[in-house]
Amino acid sequence: MIQIFSEMFSYTFILRAIIVGLLVSLCASILGVVLVLKRYSMIGDGLSHVGFGALGIATVLNVAPLKIALPTVIIVAFLLLKISENSKIKGDSLIALISASSLAIGIFAISLKSGVNTDINNFLFGSILAMSKSDLILSIICSILVLILFIIFYNKIFAVTFDENFAKASGIKTNIYNIVISVLTAVTIVIGMRIMGSLLISSLIIFPSLTSMQIFKKFKFVVITSAIISVVCFMIGITISYIFGTPTGASIVIINLIVFIIFWIISIIKRH
Amino acid sequence: MIEIDKLCVGYENKKVIDNLSLNIKSGDYICVVGPNGAGKSTFVKALVGLKKEMSGKITLKKNLKRNEIGYLPQIKKIQDNFPASVYEIVLSGCLNKLSIKPFYSKKDKEKAIETLKKLNILNLKDKCYTELSGGQQQKVMLARALCASDKIIVLDEPVTGLDPTSTSDLYKKISELNKKDGLTVIMVTHDVETSLEYATHILNINGKNTFFSTISDYLHNNTCECVESEAFNDTNI
Ligand SMILES: Nc1ncnc2c1ncn2[C@@H]1O[C@H](COP(=O)(O)OP(=O)(O)OP(=O)(O)O)[C@@H](O)[C@H]1O
Ligand SMILES: [Mg+2]
Repeated sequence: MIQIFSEMFSYTFILRAIIVGLLVSLCASILGVVLVLKRYSMIGDGLSHVGFGALGIATVLNVAPLKIALPTVIIVAFLLLKISENSKIKGDSLIALISASSLAIGIFAISLKSGVNTDINNFLFGSILAMSKSDLILSIICSILVLILFIIFYNKIFAVTFDENFAKASGIKTNIYNIVISVLTAVTIVIGMRIMGSLLISSLIIFPSLTSMQIFKKFKFVVITSAIISVVCFMIGITISYIFGTPTGASIVIINLIVFIIFWIISIIKRH
Repeated sequence: MIEIDKLCVGYENKKVIDNLSLNIKSGDYICVVGPNGAGKSTFVKALVGLKKEMSGKITLKKNLKRNEIGYLPQIKKIQDNFPASVYEIVLSGCLNKLSIKPFYSKKDKEKAIETLKKLNILNLKDKCYTELSGGQQQKVMLARALCASDKIIVLDEPVTGLDPTSTSDLYKKISELNKKDGLTVIMVTHDVETSLEYATHILNINGKNTFFSTISDYLHNNTCECVESEAFNDTNI
């Protein structure tokens, strides 16, 4: 086992992927708790597709993918939030529209450029080779920013998530916190998308929090345990993917699924 | 404590509260009554700053700030499986004391515990909110409102869904806080009988028939009010 790890860590690209992956797993899982409870998880899904479209366009223009994807996804996150606040427009059907359009734009753009399918494959399902050194640095900075902001705003985020009206009456500008949450989500998705793939990144947001909510009933515990679950699942998943040569993103999601089922069964047993 | 002058609030262009003036003094216990849809919740929301006044003015006196009003919103279903402990929720009542600070102080935490003790629900501290009974949940919401303020609390139908015992229990607790601690209470309720028992004032919101009076005046004029409101209903039909 130790031998496998030391072998894995000796490859720079795997080391990069592990560093970024761990940070993204942490960010995605804690933001996921809020998104799931606010019923915003669909937004996460929509944003990952927008990210794919942006990656496609970046390929055509031949610029660093994150430089295009990051601002695009943040802007769309902002718009989706504004729209979901305005209940007159149906949010979920709009997200479906945006998802499909972004996928189409992405695929169209990539095929213009290369005509090869490897890029599409990598963007959709992730690639452990995707991280360049500048990506790595940007990812580390963004993830640490996400974590620090979440900790600083933790109490306010809890209050806004639990009861927005009460928070507002307490003088909290709830809009700002909703914006903070969606921008942080956008950043996390864009960074994680390269390794996990845009089809699978949203599972990193949803799975850990749902898993821990099966058993834990206190907000703080749910946040902490979903972070732990997410990090552990990531490490197991990436190791398996290394040993058996399976796709990284898919391996991680399957481990998440297994852990979810275990927690679900435990919660059923506990209830009886 | 609070001076309300020719207040109008409403939605889009529809006025729900029209030209309401009253004066709330420290230590008052005001019951807000009226039929469904009359605008009681709307009035209360204007009071705690959730709704902007269309015209008129709400003036807060004695250094009272808008966010220093403890608020218990009208029951709204919290998601079935929201993971939050009673302590976490009650502590979030101290939210207005955070401003730019990120974390609650020791004093805030002590206050949360103290309030739980005051309402006899300290044993629920680590329970999950969504696994409590309706009555216990309302007590937790009251505790949260009390954490936000020991000067004035605004309660929007706090006894909805409670059995008679829990209802009178909650009323007694609120009345005790009002009498002993001098807490100003503004409570929306459909229970006129109890309002008469505990309150000092009554605010009846009912379209053109809106009035504000002390309990004794209300009892004195009760007969004429009934006649008036019937006449009002007739013209409506
Ligand atoms: N968000 C809203 N948008 C538009 N109109 C609203 C909104 N909320 C309430 N109203 C209208 O304002 C009026 C007053 O509503 P409000 O909730 O204040 O009534 P209420 O007196 O609290 O009734 P209840 O006893 O049922 O709680 C109602 O006629 C309602 O239709
Ligand atoms: Mg109401």
